[in-house]
This record gives sequence, structure tokens and C-alpha cells, in this order.
Amino acid sequence: MTDEPAIEARGLEKSYGAVRVLEGVDLSVARGSVFALLGPNGAGKTTTVRILATLTTPDAGRARVAGFDVVAERRRVRRAISLTGQYAAVDETQTGAENLWMMGRLTRLGRADARRRAQELLERFDLADAGRRAVGTYSGGMRRRLDLAAGLVGRPEVIFLDEPTTGLDPRSRQAMWEVVKGLVGDGVTVFLTTQYLEEADQLADRIAVVDGGRVVAEGTSAQLKERVAGQRLDLVLDGADAFAETARLLGARLVWSDADRLTLGVATDGSAAHIRGLLDEIDPGRRAVDRFTVRGATLDDVFLALTGHGAAHDTTPGTAGDKESTRV
Amino acid sequence: MSDAIVLTGRAIRLSRRNLDAVLTAMLLPVMLMLVFVYFFGGAIDTGTEYVTYVVPGVMLLCAGFGSANTAVTVTHDMTGGIIDRFRSLDVGGTAIVAGHVAASVLRNAVATAIVFGVAFLIGFRPAAGPPAWLAVAGILLLFILTISWLSACFGLIARSPEAAGGFTFLMMFLPYPSSAFVPIDTMPGWLHGFAQHQPVTPVIETLRALLLDRPAGDSAWQALVWCGAILAVAVALSGVLFRRRTA
Repeated sequence: MTDEPAIEARGLEKSYGAVRVLEGVDLSVARGSVFALLGPNGAGKTTTVRILATLTTPDAGRARVAGFDVVAERRRVRRAISLTGQYAAVDETQTGAENLWMMGRLTRLGRADARRRAQELLERFDLADAGRRAVGTYSGGMRRRLDLAAGLVGRPEVIFLDEPTTGLDPRSRQAMWEVVKGLVGDGVTVFLTTQYLEEADQLADRIAVVDGGRVVAEGTSAQLKERVAGQRLDLVLDGADAFAETARLLGARLVWSDADRLTLGVATDGSAAHIRGLLDEIDPGRRAVDRFTVRGATLDDVFLALTGHGAAHDTTPGTAGDKESTRV
Repeated sequence: MSDAIVLTGRAIRLSRRNLDAVLTAMLLPVMLMLVFVYFFGGAIDTGTEYVTYVVPGVMLLCAGFGSANTAVTVTHDMTGGIIDRFRSLDVGGTAIVAGHVAASVLRNAVATAIVFGVAFLIGFRPAAGPPAWLAVAGILLLFILTISWLSACFGLIARSPEAAGGFTFLMMFLPYPSSAFVPIDTMPGWLHGFAQHQPVTPVIETLRALLLDRPAGDSAWQALVWCGAILAVAVALSGVLFRRRTA
């Protein structure tokens, strides 16, 4: 029983009318781990979560969550999971404490137990002072934390978080990450979806990249990064002409290109000899390349390589991985 | 069942904090009653004191209008994130609808009592004894329950709370082509058929008969059959609609 994965899906398919949202999704998530489903908007993340959380039935394929079939044993699955969606699932005109109390009662806690549990969760999520205020007065970050707390009232084995930080400011996102990291200690399994590469990198033990309704890659963050070149040499060119000329020279070896910043990226093993050779080859006259950076591959690179297009949002390149800038 | 009770408590808390909607549902029928009694009443000959004639109609207007608000609260839940949370907690559609309906019945019972109070202040003097009053309360509760559940169905169909609000308007107008405010025989002939046989008319006639201590005749069982049948259909339909909506 304990060897069985917390979540196992085989060949999940789902269409809405003529639109095929899932085209055969396979997943396996170990108990007590954090798993991230990473993909751009429209990749099928939310549909996958809704199927696993029993809210939608798949057209084909099977899935087991916490040891139960999501279709045939829907009720038993529901007793073992919680879902925190993209839209806050709490009542604006109830107070934080009332919302949690209500969720406690709906998960069959007694009145006094529900009250204790609500208080405990408010304190744990730094909402104790706000507990008696209507949720309508909460900030976005507080609302997400309350929403997550509401999902934990019934002590679920498997927690689904659908884009838990979408729309939050960086500080609230950071706070939310700390909260999610804190869940793992309880031995629960966390399944989260995100379109932020950094979020998956920060939180997840394993990551599945979805695109166009399929899992295009799966592994740890480090394994995924190894699937593209281990290191990348970014060259900042001296002007538009140099940029165009160097891009032509590199041709298919180019792994990154940003015309606005006059930057080109090429794979390297990171050794001095290789970099020296590359620079000599590209820029024999020693005028075209202005600066260069050697950095570890980021999930951005993985994403680009696996899906053929960038993430759906503007991640700042170079926030992950080592970075050293040197004047030539 | 216990889920329905928890959700009733929730719906009552939500109503209490949405006081403008509750006040509108109470004030509007009171205003209309005053308009009918003082502005139009003098010109309408009903054979009795007009206030006595019009109160049953105002009661239904009040109950119908207030109950129709259930459509809005149900749609609000169905279009928000909370429905997913409820479903993932294995809370059934019937419990969710029943919570809203029960809160609506409570809300409207209070509103109806207030309208009765104002009616007494402006000269409403019914001849009913205690058993007749109990029957009046029972029929009003059944009517409120029926309209609330019916509007919950409408709330399960509507795609936005604004659209669900349309049901309130339907319920606002249904009492007009009936014997609520004027005797039916003063209406044009083509309207008689509808006005005589639409469900609101037997309910009003029954209430009027009970309050004035007159025989209710056929209208009593007609009222019960109408309400019971609509309620049964609404309960069954809400189950189907909920499953279809969340499939």
C-alpha cells in the first residue's frame, strides 16, 4: 500500500468539443513528494488537476489518487484530497475564521474541533489577527494563504494546488513558497501546476513539462537541465551588424537569441579552452563581441528546447544559474 | 443532511452581510403596498376595504420577489471558485441548493412578517382566527419554498449573477395578471384565461379566503397541487441541472 504512488495516471485524454485538451497524459507521483506540472497557458494543466481531483471525468485513460480510482471510487478520493484552485474558493463576506470553521464542519469535524482547527490554521498561516475580519478586506496574498488553509482543514493526504502564486506580487509569492515548503514536512503529497519555471525549480522534487496536452519531459530539475547543454555562453555583440554577422556564423549552433539586447547564446562545456576557441572562431578581429557570460542552463532553456517556444510569460533570463560577466 | 445544515448557516451569514439585497426585498413590497392602497386603491372597487383586498397579493409579491433572489446566490456559488472546493469535499449539489433555499425561506419569513406588520399599521383588519392564521403561514411557507427552489434551478442555468437577477423580474410581474391587485373580471377578456389559471391566483384566493374567514372553495387544493407539483419538479430538476453543470 505505502509503495503505491500517491498519484498515478495512464493515458488521460480529454476533449472539449473539437478541442483536444489532453492527448494522453502519463504521470506518477511518489508519496510525500512535491510534484510540479509545468507548462504554458492552455497546455492542459488545469484539466489534468481537475481530472485527478475528480471534478472532471477523463474521456479515456485511468488515474488513481491515494490508492483509489478517480472515477469508480470518486468519493473515497475526495475524502483523501484537497484542491486549491486558481480562483479563491472562500466567501468574501465571511470572516477567515468562519470560512475555515465551515470547511471543518464540511469535512465532518465536530463544532469544537472545527473551531480549534480553524484557529490552529489561522495561526500557522500568519492570519490570526485577520481571522475575525471579512475576507473581502484581505490582500491577495492573505486570501491565497487562507484559501490554502481551507484546503488543509481536513488533513488531506494529497494536496492539489492549481497555479498557487499566479497574480501575486513577488513578496507574497515568496511567502507562499515558504508555506508550500512547510507542507512537505507533514508527509503529504503536493501536486502543483505552475507556469513559472522558477517556482517549479524552487518547490518541486520532480517536474513534468506539459505542452499541447502531453507530457514532453519529466524528471528532477537537475535532470531536466542536463537535457540541454550543461552550460551556455552568452555573447553581447557590439552592434546590430555584428549581431547579424555572428548569428549567421553560428547558424544552427545558436541556442538563444535576443536582438534587443544584442545577445546570442551558444552551448559550451564551460572549459577555458572551449570558450577561447569559440571566441577566436566567431570573432577573429576581436571587435564584434563586447562582453560574454557563462551560465548554467536554466529551466527556461529546457522549456525552450522541449516545447519549441518560450514560457508564456516574461521570465527574466539569468535569474537562475551561475553568472559571471567578464570584459573581453 | 448535516452538510445542508452547515451550508444553511453559511447562507444565512452571507444574507445578513448583504443587507442591501435583504432590505430591498423587504422595502419594495411595502412601498408597493403603500402605492396601491393610497394612490390606486381609492379608484379600485373590490367590494371590501382595498387594503384588506390587496394584502394577500402584496404577500405573494414580497415572497416571490424575495425568494427569486435565491437564483442570484446560487449562480454566485456556481460561477465562483467555491463550487470546486465544495465538490472536492464531496458536498453534494442537493445540500448546496438546500442551504440556499433554507436561508431564503428564513429570510422571506422575516420579510413577510414585517409586511404584515406594516399592513396592520395602515388599517388591515383580517377576520381570521388562529387556525386560519396557521393555514396562512403554512401556505406562504410552501409558496416561498416552491419559488425559492424554482429560482435555484434558474440559478443553476444562468451563467452570471446578473442573468440570474432576471428571474426576480419574472416573479415581480407574475402577480399582476392575477387577482392580486384588481379583480380579474375588470381585465380584458383575452387575459381572463391566463389570470384565472396561473398558479399565483389560487394561492392568492386561498390566502384571501382564509384571512377574510370565507370559504376557500377549490382554490385551496388548487394552490396546494400547484405548489407541490412545481416544488417536486424543481427539486428533481435541480439535481439534474447540478450534475449537468458540473459534468
